Amino acid sequence: MRSIRAAATGAVMLSLALAASACGGGSSTGGGSNDSPKELTYWASNQGASIEADKKVLQPELDKFEKQTGIKVKLEVVPWSDLLNRILTATTSGQGPDVLNIGNTWSASLQATGGLLPWDDQQFEKIGGKDRFVDSALGSTGAEGQPPAAVPLYSMAYALYYNKQMFADAGIDAPPATWDEFVAAGKKLSKDGKWGTAMEGSNPSENVHHAYVFAKQHGADFFTPDGKPDFTNDGAVAAVKQYVDLMAKDKIIAPGNAEYAQNQSVSDFAKGKTGMLLWQSASANLTSQGMSEDAYGIAPVPVQSGTPGAGTQVNSMVAGINLAVFKNTDNLDGATEFVKFMTSDAEQKILNTAYSSIPPVKAAQADPAFNTPANAVLKDTLAKSAVALPQVPDESQFETAVGTAVKELFADAAAGRPVTTDSVKAALTKAQQQMPTK
Amino acid sequence: MTATAPAAEATVRKSSPGTARGPRRRTGRLRRVGLPYLLLLPALLLELLVHLVPMVIGIVMSFKELTQFYIRDWSTAPWAGLDNYSVSVDFDAPVGKALLHSFLVTVAFTVLSVGLCWLIGTAAAVFMQDTFRGRGLLRALFLVPYALPVYAAVITWVFMFQHDNGLVNHVLHDQLGLTDKPSFWLIGDNSFVALLTVSVWKGWPFAFLIVMAGLQNIPRELYEAAALDGAGMVQQLRRITLPSLRPVNQVLVLVLFLWTFNDFNTPYVLFGKSAPEAADLISVHIYQASFVTWNFGTGSAMSVLLLLFLLVVTGVYLALTSRGRRTAQ
Repeated sequence: MRSIRAAATGAVMLSLALAASACGGGSSTGGGSNDSPKELTYWASNQGASIEADKKVLQPELDKFEKQTGIKVKLEVVPWSDLLNRILTATTSGQGPDVLNIGNTWSASLQATGGLLPWDDQQFEKIGGKDRFVDSALGSTGAEGQPPAAVPLYSMAYALYYNKQMFADAGIDAPPATWDEFVAAGKKLSKDGKWGTAMEGSNPSENVHHAYVFAKQHGADFFTPDGKPDFTNDGAVAAVKQYVDLMAKDKIIAPGNAEYAQNQSVSDFAKGKTGMLLWQSASANLTSQGMSEDAYGIAPVPVQSGTPGAGTQVNSMVAGINLAVFKNTDNLDGATEFVKFMTSDAEQKILNTAYSSIPPVKAAQADPAFNTPANAVLKDTLAKSAVALPQVPDESQFETAVGTAVKELFADAAAGRPVTTDSVKAALTKAQQQMPTK
Repeated sequence: MTATAPAAEATVRKSSPGTARGPRRRTGRLRRVGLPYLLLLPALLLELLVHLVPMVIGIVMSFKELTQFYIRDWSTAPWAGLDNYSVSVDFDAPVGKALLHSFLVTVAFTVLSVGLCWLIGTAAAVFMQDTFRGRGLLRALFLVPYALPVYAAVITWVFMFQHDNGLVNHVLHDQLGLTDKPSFWLIGDNSFVALLTVSVWKGWPFAFLIVMAGLQNIPRELYEAAALDGAGMVQQLRRITLPSLRPVNQVLVLVLFLWTFNDFNTPYVLFGKSAPEAADLISVHIYQASFVTWNFGTGSAMSVLLLLFLLVVTGVYLALTSRGRRTAQ
């Protein structure tokens, strides 16, 4: 009996030690190494219509990189619903990719975990220097005063896509420039089973992007200047209410949209079920859904009044994807080389054309390929009237908490329950209470 | 595991009652005593590795301030003492209040789901007790929900519950005209009904299977004797079937309770990361609480509380039912 107990104790100790060392594995290798110089793992975010479509876009480029450098890149395209959790898990365990795409709004949050390689000037020099990139894109790479956590890869902005035929049928001459005009146009379009516009009511990130821009237009923010959550100020409440009211009060969004979270609003627009779509860089997606480029027009997202610009006249977030190097990489030089390759002028042109995004690299952006009317709107928005989401460590938590609150408000609106200033404030209060207190 | 070890010991003890104790006998005895444990050792090791170690780590985490600033190297996270626990059980503050709400939703959901699963499963098993043409086919059919992979099954339900194109609304609203307008099943208050439906649909075949097995063990003579004494169908059910099924039911209800209370897959696939309030089951709630705040210490503390609750319920349940069994004997 005694020997058994001893054996059992030994087993417990052994497995504890194993587990402990497995957990500590991530921390022991501090700043990356060059142990396996011939291989890289790359997590790409899902930019195209499907994961397969992304593989088709990226694989030829990765083959090119292998030819140039002899480094084989193993590609995994991670769906958006999993990406943040996968990164968190990788950070916790230390077992992750070498290079990865991150949503640019997460930069500060992920920077705070210390899991990503900081891009100080010396590191930036290796890929040609910081001034190769446009300022608006660099503004979404991490907290101010710290070396960026990532490098801009694709830039995107919200625009208003409208169905030309449906506009003509409804007698609307020009795309709406203010929200009042937007609602009026939406009401004209909402009939016979068709609707003014569509929203991803159950997608927290989409909700937050819109809520944040609306807040800016109301002269408000969701964070105080020193980075504390402030979700319940009057401007923020009015912003969220105005957004949800598109369904609740103005009734230009089908109630069923409250359930949307898989880009159904893009399909609805492509199929002519809705006349307008507020989306970031949707062209490639619309083409792949069979909507011809002549069928729709592109205009800036509306503002409260006047024309888009800075301050309260912003009409988009700085959307985009950043490329980060995982601090625990075992091929630091190769990873840097890969970032250099992906942000090279040539690759920037190819990739951003494929995804109908705007290159954050100045030289590539100047290419005539990005001077189409669609890209002109996006470029203009990014240059003049786009605002970066707060670059604070709690940003990801803010996206989840406020995004979920708006989702529940949409659920209320869809069920026909009133959405009032009080109910919006209550939802945002609850969201703020979920935020970390330390 | 626990059941075999004492049994083996007992046999060993019985077979060597105070005879001569030579060294050879001792090694022989040691070998006989040791063999079962030796055979169990791999299983024990794996059990430790797969179940206990993560549990212990989870408990350790619950005493740490494990926020986004420390997750990369969580051995550096400062100790939080009981802070995570006091936040979780402070029912006047938002976090505790939300946890309590989620707990109550889960209790209501579990009671209803287990009750319905048991009722439907038992009824089906009793009706299928007698042989009739097509019984085998029906049995197989009934087990399909249990045999399907959870994700595939639940995602099908998601499609059926959709507001715009879902089958459920098509039947209830378009064809039968039972509702004024199409209902939302995946958001809002109806989500509780949707969750319960899927859970019962998925769970009752297991109850059916177990009760059906239990019914095989009831001697036919009992029913014949009862019929001779003039007992009808209901009487037979009350006096023979249910009492004979008692031990089976005790285990069945416990297992269903634990599975349902802990169910993560069903709500997660149905509703995604943020479940509607009406269907905010505790497992998803804890998951969401951890990932909203990126405070995995608090999430772990909530998990430990859940573990304690389930341990207490299981312990009390087993104590009560085994006492009942003893008095019955």
